Amino acid sequence: MSLDIQQIDHLAKLARLALSDEEKKLFASQLASIFGYFQKLQSIDTTDIEPASQILPLKNVFRLDEISASGEEARQKIIANAPNKSNRHFVVKKIL
Amino acid sequence: MSALNQLTIEQASNGLTNKKFSSVELTRACLDQIASTEHRLRAFLNIFPEHALSQAEKFDLALRRGEILSPLAGIPYAAKDNFCTEGLPTTAGSKILEKYLPPFESTTTARLKAAGAVLVGKTNLDEFAMGGSTENSAFYSTKNPHDESRVPGGSSGGSAAAVASGEVIYSLGTDTGGSVRQPASFCGVVGLKPTYGRTSRYGVIAMASSLDTISHLTKTVADAAIVLQSIAGRDPYDSTSSNLPLDNYSEEIKKPVEGLKIGLPQEYFAVDGMDPQVKDAVLSAVKKIEELIGASAMPVSLSAPDYALACYYLIMPSEVSSNLARYDGVKYGLSVPGLDLFDTYLQSRGQGLGSEVKRRIILGTYALSHGYYDAYYKKACSVRALIKKDFERAFESVDLILAPVAPTAAFGLGEKIDDPLQMYLADLFTIPMSLAGVPAISVPCGAVGGLPVGLQIIGKWFDEKTVLRLAHHFEQAS
Repeated sequence: MSLDIQQIDHLAKLARLALSDEEKKLFASQLASIFGYFQKLQSIDTTDIEPASQILPLKNVFRLDEISASGEEARQKIIANAPNKSNRHFVVKKIL
Repeated sequence: MSALNQLTIEQASNGLTNKKFSSVELTRACLDQIASTEHRLRAFLNIFPEHALSQAEKFDLALRRGEILSPLAGIPYAAKDNFCTEGLPTTAGSKILEKYLPPFESTTTARLKAAGAVLVGKTNLDEFAMGGSTENSAFYSTKNPHDESRVPGGSSGGSAAAVASGEVIYSLGTDTGGSVRQPASFCGVVGLKPTYGRTSRYGVIAMASSLDTISHLTKTVADAAIVLQSIAGRDPYDSTSSNLPLDNYSEEIKKPVEGLKIGLPQEYFAVDGMDPQVKDAVLSAVKKIEELIGASAMPVSLSAPDYALACYYLIMPSEVSSNLARYDGVKYGLSVPGLDLFDTYLQSRGQGLGSEVKRRIILGTYALSHGYYDAYYKKACSVRALIKKDFERAFESVDLILAPVAPTAAFGLGEKIDDPLQMYLADLFTIPMSLAGVPAISVPCGAVGGLPVGLQIIGKWFDEKTVLRLAHHFEQAS
């Protein structure tokens, strides 16, 4: 199992991460050894095993669809954290 | 009586209700200890002396008015810096959240606040709780109070060091693959990871949602029981939190332990890289427990822990890569303006996130990507189902399982930081319980070369009371 720089580039783009050349080289070699370690899973027989994405016997936990108002104060606290804002809105660069 | 900051929750609560000292005096004692040790240990990312003292004053007034208060009222504690605290900085140990002020409060800190607890500060952690040494903090490393050339463990290393050094009476942490149990072992304190679903995750910065478990660190097992009583239970804001009734933990721990059936997983004592002295310390603890219960431990079979490790390091990064997509430089946190929106994402995340976080995001993105999903993520989920079955089978014949917490005592600062696989191997004995979701505690069981070593006691789902009971009796006999 080996990963080349092009694969790391592709993954970094999917994950929206800018990586330096140094990081790419480092990750390529480290991930290869980590994935090498993962190979041991292939020796386990999992035929007919239902995969478990979580361990609780829970299914569809519902609540009533009621509006609970957070109020203007909460709205202001949320928007106050935005790096770029205009009144009550987040500002982003135009995408079209 | 020893210095106030060295007291347990039980002792401090007694002293407060019998008016031997005030909460302000107790809080000052912790703040004084912080002032004298923090420049060396660096267990905290933020300390709130004024906030803490005003909380303490409130308690003292309420007590004078004769109000009946909870056992945690007026007692100073620290929270790991991934618990959102309204209006107080919450960084998760990351540059990307350096200036973040949460608009809301985590359920756990809200419950403690309602119980009258005094929040002294927020503790250091590996960035987004990813690591086993606290060296991945974007700000600085924390040192082990027993030997300052060594790590306190991680990722809740700050919380463990703060309790071990008497900077606070107890602390909150999070345990995803061992992040409370392992630092508890390295720092010589008690660390309880409850059953997944027993405590609410609401308002705690997510790392791997199917594994993250709100946990705590204390000086004694009796204190662990008191904190669990206050923080556990159904929360409508976390749909995975359980509505199973809580037990009266402080009463349960006093019940006798004779007749409990104990299992010992043979696979856990046959792994490479296990320090023989740590193994001896754990095995003599097992012997002591056999005397307490009046029976021998039975061999039980769990899969070799290295399979669980491989499984965990696929599932956890997959969830990480999804959870951390929210840090986009738009809604909050660091924003580095790029040429366009896409470039803003790239630059904000590239500069705001540290090396280990990026490594896990890339790992998870790969495991979830087209063509590899079945071979990695789905395979790991199937192995997880088998690991859960292992525990179900073992718990048909025993009440509790004993195991080491970590293969070694605290390692040196810088020793493993350049080799992620070696760092991951330090989580070997704590990961299977996280994957299965069962409760487990780390309780001090001796020392190797002057460094503390912990014993892990593992119980059935939602059976924290029996885990705490045996841990309490073991602690009393040690």
